Amino acid sequence: MTGTILTALVSHWWRNPLQLFTLLAGLALATALWSGVQAVNAEARASYDAAANTLGEGQFDQLVAQGGGTIPQATYVSLRRAGWLVSPVVEGRLNGVRIVGLDPLTAPGGLGPIRLDEGADIGTFLTGRGQLFGQQSALDDLGDLGPDAVVSPDVAPGTVITDIGVAQQLLGLEGQVSRMLIAPDQPINQVALEVAAPEVRRQPAQGGSDIARLTDSFHLNLTAFGLLSFAVGIFIVNGAIGLAFEQRRPVVRTLRALGVPLPQLIILMALELAIMALVAGGIGVMLGYVIASLLLPDVAATLRGLYGADVAGTLQLRPVWWLSGLAIALGGTALAAGGAFWKLARMPLLAGAAPRALAMAAGRRAVFQGVCAVILLIAALLLGITGTGLLAGFVMLGCLLIGAALALPVLLDRALALFQSRTAEVRAAWFWADTRQQLPGLSLALMALLLAMAANVGVSTMVSSFRLTFTGFLDQRLASELYVTAQDPAQAAELQDFLAPRVDAILPIVSAEVEIAGLPTEIFGARDHATYRDARAFLTAAATPWDAVAAGEGILINEQLARRSGLVVGDAVTFAGRDLTIAATYGDYGNPIGQAIINEALFKTLYPDITPLRFGLRMDAAEVPAVVAALIDDQGLSADQMINQARIKQFSLDVFDRTFTVTTALNVLTLAVAGFAILMSLLTLAAMRVPQLAPAWAMGMTRAQLGRFELIRAVLLAVLTAIAALPLGLALAWALLAVVNVAAFGWKLPMFLFPMDYLRLLIFALLAAGLAALWPAWRLSRTPPSDLLKVFSNER
Amino acid sequence: MLLTAKDIHKTYQTADGPFAVLRGVSLTLAAGETLALTGESGSGKSTLLHLIGGLDVPDTGQILLDGTDIAALDDTGRAALRRGTVGVVFQQFNLIPSLRVADNIAFQARLAGQYDAAWCAELADRMGLKPQLRKYPEQLSGGQQQRVAIARTLAPRPKLVLADEPTGNLDEGTAEVVLSLMLDLVTETRAGLLMVTHSDRLAGRMTRRLHLAKGQVA
Repeated sequence: MTGTILTALVSHWWRNPLQLFTLLAGLALATALWSGVQAVNAEARASYDAAANTLGEGQFDQLVAQGGGTIPQATYVSLRRAGWLVSPVVEGRLNGVRIVGLDPLTAPGGLGPIRLDEGADIGTFLTGRGQLFGQQSALDDLGDLGPDAVVSPDVAPGTVITDIGVAQQLLGLEGQVSRMLIAPDQPINQVALEVAAPEVRRQPAQGGSDIARLTDSFHLNLTAFGLLSFAVGIFIVNGAIGLAFEQRRPVVRTLRALGVPLPQLIILMALELAIMALVAGGIGVMLGYVIASLLLPDVAATLRGLYGADVAGTLQLRPVWWLSGLAIALGGTALAAGGAFWKLARMPLLAGAAPRALAMAAGRRAVFQGVCAVILLIAALLLGITGTGLLAGFVMLGCLLIGAALALPVLLDRALALFQSRTAEVRAAWFWADTRQQLPGLSLALMALLLAMAANVGVSTMVSSFRLTFTGFLDQRLASELYVTAQDPAQAAELQDFLAPRVDAILPIVSAEVEIAGLPTEIFGARDHATYRDARAFLTAAATPWDAVAAGEGILINEQLARRSGLVVGDAVTFAGRDLTIAATYGDYGNPIGQAIINEALFKTLYPDITPLRFGLRMDAAEVPAVVAALIDDQGLSADQMINQARIKQFSLDVFDRTFTVTTALNVLTLAVAGFAILMSLLTLAAMRVPQLAPAWAMGMTRAQLGRFELIRAVLLAVLTAIAALPLGLALAWALLAVVNVAAFGWKLPMFLFPMDYLRLLIFALLAAGLAALWPAWRLSRTPPSDLLKVFSNER
Repeated sequence: MLLTAKDIHKTYQTADGPFAVLRGVSLTLAAGETLALTGESGSGKSTLLHLIGGLDVPDTGQILLDGTDIAALDDTGRAALRRGTVGVVFQQFNLIPSLRVADNIAFQARLAGQYDAAWCAELADRMGLKPQLRKYPEQLSGGQQQRVAIARTLAPRPKLVLADEPTGNLDEGTAEVVLSLMLDLVTETRAGLLMVTHSDRLAGRMTRRLHLAKGQVA
């Protein structure tokens, strides 16, 4: 019996291949966009974890030089003798590759990600020529340096691990170590650190991958896009399943009348859908791999440029990833089909067996949808006014988007009714009436278009606002024409003497890690100079903030610290035994932690051991090349010790724009999926349209006219949807900038409007809708008269 | 006795309140016997047919079909009854549009596990459907579709055939041909036939006739 029922069920799809294609393609696209983004995120996170494993940064406390730079190897020896279980690490860059030297006998994490079965020979590693472990690309970049190269995929991208002795030799750091890892279990009777090695300081473990936290905002952005694309795809699937169930309703009744038990029928239909979901999911995962492969190089470049995070430019097929792709396809199908199954389970056996037209049910559904939409939009409004925190932000976004999507068909119907009431011409009146009749069948696709366009408006507004703010922020922050970094305090002193007669001002950049209001904060000592007084803009400020700072009484804090600690201008903060009054708060975009600025002199008093190694140099921009040349020739500075302001600004904007390229690609993909939804809806509705159009044709309208009306209808509905999408997109942008961003990262971005961008998007959406409607309209204009005549035939 | 219905009552809830469709109807039908159920619209004919076919359950009363009390069966039991013991011919044909004619004819017999290829072929031949076996229902005329529905009903050799105005959608000539075929085949298979009809002429071709009025046997 099971086989017979399955034959009957499956035969529906063979007789309706377009519906089958819509279902599979919708689900495959949804899965592809979701799993593509997930693959990119997973690859990046795997790279961070590999980096954390390699460098041990997230797991262990470390000892670093007090004033920066390297530590003499003798300090390591004296610490070991003093009872400290520490392990030396040497690191540096060679040919663009990060070389990490470890001592495998003392390192608490062993050899990090290297496994002995991958070719690690502890004997060769420690003695002889040594071994270099890394990914193929890193080893290739490094070239043949002598030690044996061993390919190890688990080592972080762009990094090579080797024995500490080999690393010292390769990096020219003989007798020096970069830092020391502190084993978690230490003997209780060891000599105090201040006594054993006063030149080093302890840096606490950061609890996981710091880079992962830094890049959270970027990944959140990508995930949101993936989720949105998935939602748009699920709209398509929901439409296809809903239509298929509607069309199969009489068959289901017949099957039950012929003796098929309802539970068995539901199980078999669910099985049928599950198989389709797995097939589509499989295709989607493969497509997702292609999308991820295309996106990954841009994402990797962005992450490297913005956060210094090395991400492999090539994708690995991780079982967790493709299994989750299939799971999300199954889950999405279950979500999309849930309503249809619920209706099927409750469908009475003896109700009229005639197919129920979509439009007939639309009236009742519209009322329900309208009520749900109003409730959700009110909830979004209330959350926007009163809600705090990330969860409230996301719930608000969900309510806003779903509420608006549900409201769309109701709003469109009202708008069309208005047009209809204002029209006297008979064909136009028929057009409006017919468009209203079409609306229920197209509403899911239009909802998908609304979400895609709103996301485009919202995200592009956010990104463009971010860019404008970021540009202004760079102008403030990178006020100096040139930045130089000394290798050690001695070189710093030499540089200052050398530069003093050659530049207008030397501004030391010096910082220390402290706790303010219980929060980790990086405190900077700023020289009282016009550079800061003129360039820095404040979010909130007392009357003369810089005067207060110069007097050693005031402190400036960044927005993150202000929001997280609840501190405002005028409040007092205490650290290092000093009471300071908050004189201003300033924007500090992209920084995950708190930051504060005090006067340089006060900083020196509080932290006499910290010597500035970085300096901002003020001069005429035209003189920069000459100063750079003098620093290289006379002071022996290498190119990577100097950063030209113009170059870093351009580089930062390039990186930003490259991030924007990824966003644009996802924008286009989401919109393309929405266009596909319209195409599929129009094609599946085409067959059902014949009985509606035949009377108009019989009364004198030509098939070409009918085809043109179909095209105009699609474009008109797209225009109306775009009009609705604009305020929704702006609301989305506001929510992202003012609520989610603040809750997630602690800083608020100002919102700017970009009318030309919105106009371009409108044109793009119209093109997508027009292209989607072209084929169905053409097919309609070529409908054979015999098909139209069948509508009037009593023979069938 | 193949079928015994005793004192059947059925009430539906409508917008105007409860509506008693059947009010104490009783009937019997022997194997090989044909019975016409006539009456005006709303007299309860179709409701009685649905109750006997296990498509619905009576509020009170007993329906014994081949010794089994239908009202006492659960949903799964009634589904099994519909598969093998009872065959229903609907006015709207209710064919499966995505299956070819041959598959439609064999469908219920396969469901019931009583598929007999030779018998299905004979039914198709007798119904004049041989040239149409590869076609889909939408490619057939109304008369042809109803013949497919009758062949499908008879394919598992049910003990009782229920027909709800089976010729209601057909012209007079076609209706006559279809009915003759159905009667011949029912007689040959020794099945009982209970047919709802508005037509006195068609009712006259049955061995017995029962008239319903306002939910009662008139």
